[in-house]
Amino acid sequence: MPPPRSTTKVRTHPLGDAALLAELGTRLDTALNTRAIALANALKRRRDVRQAVAGYASVTVHFDPDQTTHDALAAAIQRLASKRPPMAEPGRLHRIPVVYDGPDLEAVAAVLGLIPAQIAAIHSKPIYRVFLVGFVPGWAYLGPLPEELELPRRHVPRTQVPAGSVAIAGRQSGIYPLPTPGGWHLIGRTPVKLFLPDADPPCLFRAGDRVKFFASRA
Amino acid sequence: MKEVLRVKKPGVLTTVQDLGRPHAIAAGVPPGGAMDRFAHRAANLLVANDETAATLECTLSGPELVALEPCIIAVTGADLDPRVNGEPEPTWTGLFLSQGDELSFAGRRHGGRAYIAVAGGIAADKWLGSMSTNLMTKRGGMHGRQLLSGDVISAAIEAHAPAISGRHLAPNLRPDYNDHTLHAIAGPHIRRLGADGRKQLFSSEYRISRDADRMGYRLEGPKLDASGDELLSFGLAAGALQVPRSGQPILLMADHQTAGGYPVVATVASAAMPVAAQLLPGDILTFAEVSLESARKLRADQRAALDSLKSWRSVR
Repeated sequence: MPPPRSTTKVRTHPLGDAALLAELGTRLDTALNTRAIALANALKRRRDVRQAVAGYASVTVHFDPDQTTHDALAAAIQRLASKRPPMAEPGRLHRIPVVYDGPDLEAVAAVLGLIPAQIAAIHSKPIYRVFLVGFVPGWAYLGPLPEELELPRRHVPRTQVPAGSVAIAGRQSGIYPLPTPGGWHLIGRTPVKLFLPDADPPCLFRAGDRVKFFASRA
Repeated sequence: MKEVLRVKKPGVLTTVQDLGRPHAIAAGVPPGGAMDRFAHRAANLLVANDETAATLECTLSGPELVALEPCIIAVTGADLDPRVNGEPEPTWTGLFLSQGDELSFAGRRHGGRAYIAVAGGIAADKWLGSMSTNLMTKRGGMHGRQLLSGDVISAAIEAHAPAISGRHLAPNLRPDYNDHTLHAIAGPHIRRLGADGRKQLFSSEYRISRDADRMGYRLEGPKLDASGDELLSFGLAAGALQVPRSGQPILLMADHQTAGGYPVVATVASAAMPVAAQLLPGDILTFAEVSLESARKLRADQRAALDSLKSWRSVR
């Protein structure tokens, strides 16, 4: 089924004199994200655009200020957004093994009134969408996480989270691609490499891809 | 490739940088590149390189380099008091080094980052289209790390003509690094500050905290209240001024995180980023609101200053 024709106006804001933020909405919504990815892909083909990055419900456009202006690009975005977006291809499906033995698993289970095995079962049930790739190399925001597992971030972020840690926060899940500081709850780990420095693009997941976790022994 | 310089002492943090990998942000990889693009471009043009060639970015202190071959170099950006064989040499000027000559730096006089260009450009590891060093992923530049004693720097291409030393960028065409006014354009979430908060942002002094590196600078000063509904994460750009819940703003620099969900209340104009790049912990800065049109004009002025070095080249 083709995505519905959009009626909402895209709001554009300067992000300096060489970038702009085009907001399609403010809700965590698969349809909005699909439109953002389609808009980013259309913008990438323009000569005056250096890069276009889809957010959850927005596109950040980096442009060459010697070739275009904010206003000209904003008008072009408005035209592109009012067109029926091309039918979105179903994103690639990644099956990711997870050992559910994260350092926060017991605590998360206790707070939610569940047992660790239930956390694993609920977390590995849905097919998640890659809403956004970014933050650090290879990081992907996956969602939506089932409501039963919704928790705010940790009060005190860890200064170092091991690469491969599978984590949850809010209505999102993610996998730490590199050892970095992090404030999400660590419920498991995976041997799958998310950051692929010798590939281009150097990451496993792309915006719009789908991810299915499955419990694994080791 | 020809070996041109040997690193005798590396300095505090000297890395290979070019204009970065803007394309890679879609994979979450920081765009990177020289923090002070004006100084980087000027250094290259002074030795008749393409502006995109790699240079050395020297933070806080300069390295000690020995010429293995006769070569032309230029030192721009921060004034770290460059010396050749102990004798003072001008910055923003093409310098000739004979084989065995030693480039050193006597000490920081102003600014935080100096750039050294070598005629022919510096040869280094290329990652995702750029030779810029990314220390987090250990990729690009000198094997993904800062320079170390004993490293040998090669020129990427043999300088096509013996570049003439003594080429110079006039002082009035250089950025005024002593004026710490950062021109900035109102950001997507400026309205969250309200009228008073906006006035505060564009009239208060902020100090660079010790938490300041190539990723960004955490600023100390009057707290800003940009609270409101939680934002969905979106793509970021260098120069963006984020306001986390603590109210202490963070100015994103070249190696910034590529996405985030904190409100962005302003973005420093590209023409003001060279000055921002020269700031160090303890330095005081102010933000001055400018229109997009003014930011374009400032950018055009800088472009013209750089182009004046290019026309010099075509005359030759």
